[in-house]
Amino acid sequence: MALVKKSALWIAYLLALLSLPQFFDSVLAISIFNQMAIAIVFALSYNMLLGQGGMLSFGHAVYFGLGGFLAVHALIMIEFETVYFSIIWIPLVGGFIGLLAALFIGTFSTHKAGTVFAMISLGIGELIAASSLIFVSFFGGEAGVSGDRTFGPPFFGVEWFQNVEIYYLAVAWVFIATLFMYLFTQTPAGKMANAVRDNPERAEFIGYSARRVRYITFCAAGLFAGVAGGLFALNYEFITEENLNAATSGRVLLSAYIGGLGYFIGPIVGAVILTLMNSLLSNYSDLWMLYLGIMFLLTVLFLPRGFAGFIMMHQVAWIRGTMKQLIVPYLLSGIPAVVFVMSSIALIELSHTEDAEFYYLGLTFDSNGAMDFGLIALVAIGALVCVRKSLPQLKAAWESANEVIDETGESES
Amino acid sequence: MLEVFIFATLNGLVTGLLLFMLASGLTLIFSMMGVLNFAHASFYMLGAYFAYSISLYFGFWSGLIFAPIIVGVLGALVERYGLRRVHQQGHVAELVFTFGLAFLIEEAVQFFWGADTKNYQSPDLLDFPLFTLFGQEFPAYRGFMIGISVAIFIGLYYVLTKSRIGIIIQAAITHPHTVSNLGHNVPLIFMGVFGVGSALAGVAGVIAGPVLTTFPGMAVVLGSIVFVIVVIGGLGSLAGAFIASILIGLLQSYAIASNLGMPDLLNLLGLEFGRDHPLTDLWTLTLPQIAPILPFLLLVLVLIFRPTGLMGKREQ
Amino acid sequence: MTVLSLRNVTKNFGETEIIRGVSLDIEKGEKHAIIGPNGAGKSTLFHLISGLYGVTGGSIKFKEQEIQNKQPYEINRLGLARSFQVTNIFARLNVFENVRCALLWSSGYKYSFWHLLGRQKELNEKALEVLEQIGLKDKMHFPAGELAYAHQRALELGIAIASGAEVIMLDEPVAGMSHSEAENAVELIRKITAGKTLIMVEHDMNIVFDVADRISVLVYGEVIACDKPENIRANPKVQEAYLGEVVGSA
Repeated sequence: MALVKKSALWIAYLLALLSLPQFFDSVLAISIFNQMAIAIVFALSYNMLLGQGGMLSFGHAVYFGLGGFLAVHALIMIEFETVYFSIIWIPLVGGFIGLLAALFIGTFSTHKAGTVFAMISLGIGELIAASSLIFVSFFGGEAGVSGDRTFGPPFFGVEWFQNVEIYYLAVAWVFIATLFMYLFTQTPAGKMANAVRDNPERAEFIGYSARRVRYITFCAAGLFAGVAGGLFALNYEFITEENLNAATSGRVLLSAYIGGLGYFIGPIVGAVILTLMNSLLSNYSDLWMLYLGIMFLLTVLFLPRGFAGFIMMHQVAWIRGTMKQLIVPYLLSGIPAVVFVMSSIALIELSHTEDAEFYYLGLTFDSNGAMDFGLIALVAIGALVCVRKSLPQLKAAWESANEVIDETGESES
Repeated sequence: MLEVFIFATLNGLVTGLLLFMLASGLTLIFSMMGVLNFAHASFYMLGAYFAYSISLYFGFWSGLIFAPIIVGVLGALVERYGLRRVHQQGHVAELVFTFGLAFLIEEAVQFFWGADTKNYQSPDLLDFPLFTLFGQEFPAYRGFMIGISVAIFIGLYYVLTKSRIGIIIQAAITHPHTVSNLGHNVPLIFMGVFGVGSALAGVAGVIAGPVLTTFPGMAVVLGSIVFVIVVIGGLGSLAGAFIASILIGLLQSYAIASNLGMPDLLNLLGLEFGRDHPLTDLWTLTLPQIAPILPFLLLVLVLIFRPTGLMGKREQ
Repeated sequence: MTVLSLRNVTKNFGETEIIRGVSLDIEKGEKHAIIGPNGAGKSTLFHLISGLYGVTGGSIKFKEQEIQNKQPYEINRLGLARSFQVTNIFARLNVFENVRCALLWSSGYKYSFWHLLGRQKELNEKALEVLEQIGLKDKMHFPAGELAYAHQRALELGIAIASGAEVIMLDEPVAGMSHSEAENAVELIRKITAGKTLIMVEHDMNIVFDVADRISVLVYGEVIACDKPENIRANPKVQEAYLGEVVGSA
């Protein structure tokens, strides 16, 4: 029964991925979906490290980038007929390179978890990013390297001229990668990765070398980061130093954390959110990175288990059928909270804009007048007061909805 | 040759001392709370920006005094309302929090001051050559940088070893619970140390801003190197941080000043490679080229062969 | 047959000698208790045997193999399992997974990333058996870190015995328990170590004299006596060093 339920989930996931272009088929939408596909694989591979294995990495883009560079070089080799194979295998090339790099770097970086691991990952990340600017013939310097995916043997007549074709190829790879990463969590090595994350000392007393367990997880994460890099190469047909530097490493940390570490689905959620912010919000505001930063800090402070964790928090209330008790308090706090966020954004944008007039949510504001500014500020403050006033009510409702579970200590508000 | 060497040494010393001003605060915070503060260099950047804004109205010297104070207060607030909250979730969460903070500060700086480089000038008062050697001038401002760094270290050393509060801080580093049981307010001490550490970074920013240019990327440029230093020196060791700071300052300075490279080495060995060799980038490497990656190379080597760092005792 | 044999084992931390030449033979199947005042080095001795610390001098033989330079996981694989004084479990895994992880190596899975755990019938049944033994079957889906203290201690025991190791070392298994909890725990210990070699550090003298066949008394890093319980009780040296008041008052 459980198997049927699980298979149904996977089939639903596949169908959702496949049907997306049916609903949104603009060029922009397809390009966003492709970015999402890449981000999902990358974020899931990052979660293997941090969420499953407890290794905080500041240099995971190295495996993504190296995989991507080799993938672009493979495209070039296909173009010049040095090798001859269909480009559908390009993500495997990336994965292979990611794995190789991890096999080598892991030998010395997985010795310890915690701060030492984080520092080594940072050092290696900076080292490789800086080296990539020096070794121009391979990395192409600031400009990067570019290839062309339309050479090589066609795949059932598909010659990869369109992005939507690449999307379906990416879906296949995303699905395979997600499935394998999930299955990995269900193997002895995957479970022991959790055990070592929780308590490396004790793991050694049940027969496992903590270092070896970390090494295996590290290599698997490198492999899938490389697959994501390969997908990137296929989608964009070029890659630069930016794709293996600290900024990219940081972004994958952000998306995994915002989505929710420790939940398998978390990084998928995070990758989707971040991609949407990156591609949609950036059209409306050049301050989107600022909002991202604020959102990230708020997540770390108030939702340490991310969005997925926030949803999972309601599992108990859902099972016990007490969710309806929460609806009204959620609305009472939620509506003013949304108003507060929106008006704060209006304030930030208003003080940032250089145009005389500022359009926001269908309204037009005068950027120079103190009048409009003060009005929005008033709304923001009022909303904040409402939120604060309604919070105790929400807390009480939460506690009553989760009452019995308190003895297990599960309740977290 | 000698003049190159002397000036490279002096410049390396300036950089090294500047790095130590950041590294000392970071080390102090780490040994106290076990947090490697990713946002430390962001406070350095804030120091430069605040000083720039203040200097526009009240001149450089007011900036030197007030910018670090503002940064210190900000740091204390971050500890009180941010770090303390995340603390229960463990070191990884703390590290992630400070990482997010660094990210946010960089964006906030761009929001308030813009993405362009600021024309933050050293004071006219110090705009003269301190001395001239082999026809090359050494600016007084760099001498001032050395002076102020040394003065701060002496002060810090004195406070830490001689004063009552310094002794309490040292005790709180190793035995926080005992110190707390003795009736000292340990959270307050933590907040204070975090604030002072941030203020130190602020000072570094104030005096480095005019030389190393004040722009939104300045935290990233220096931040990772400061990280490298505290790790190489041994997490939590002030002496180690000092040695590593000077070492890296000098190393980079020498590497930039020298124009040696692989071609010279190959000539020495009597080897020659064609320009079109696939590894041509490797054969034409020069020291100034690899200067930026030297600290990271050193970091990786140290962490592989001596994970506790040069002077470190504890690993986590 | 001697299963574990210590010869002149010493351990220094810096200048301080914690273990000062301990020699000890543990027979197969015996229930051996190590007692001694606080700071005598009992836990350190445990850490030395199980490989958490390296020895400064001397040798430790387990089943005729020198193990003093081996890593904890290597020693564990030879058939020596231990528990910890401070609860040491996998907090975010659930109870069932805690026990199943402890079974993995001895069931031959090694670092496999091609077996799906859900499909390993025999392994899962074995884990359930262990859970039944330690009485946590109804709590099997709870995250281990959220169990009540006594249950965490039981899980701690479960992890130690799951692998079926022939020598089991328990470090203060009933520390911090109420009287009735401790009684249950002793019953549990008796049950799960039946037919195995047990080495135990314990402060509660009633339990020690109840469970042990032989007792070693460790004082300032030295074994001052090693004998049957009744002889230990009568030993004047032991009484002087440590026991007198405790046994009298107990």
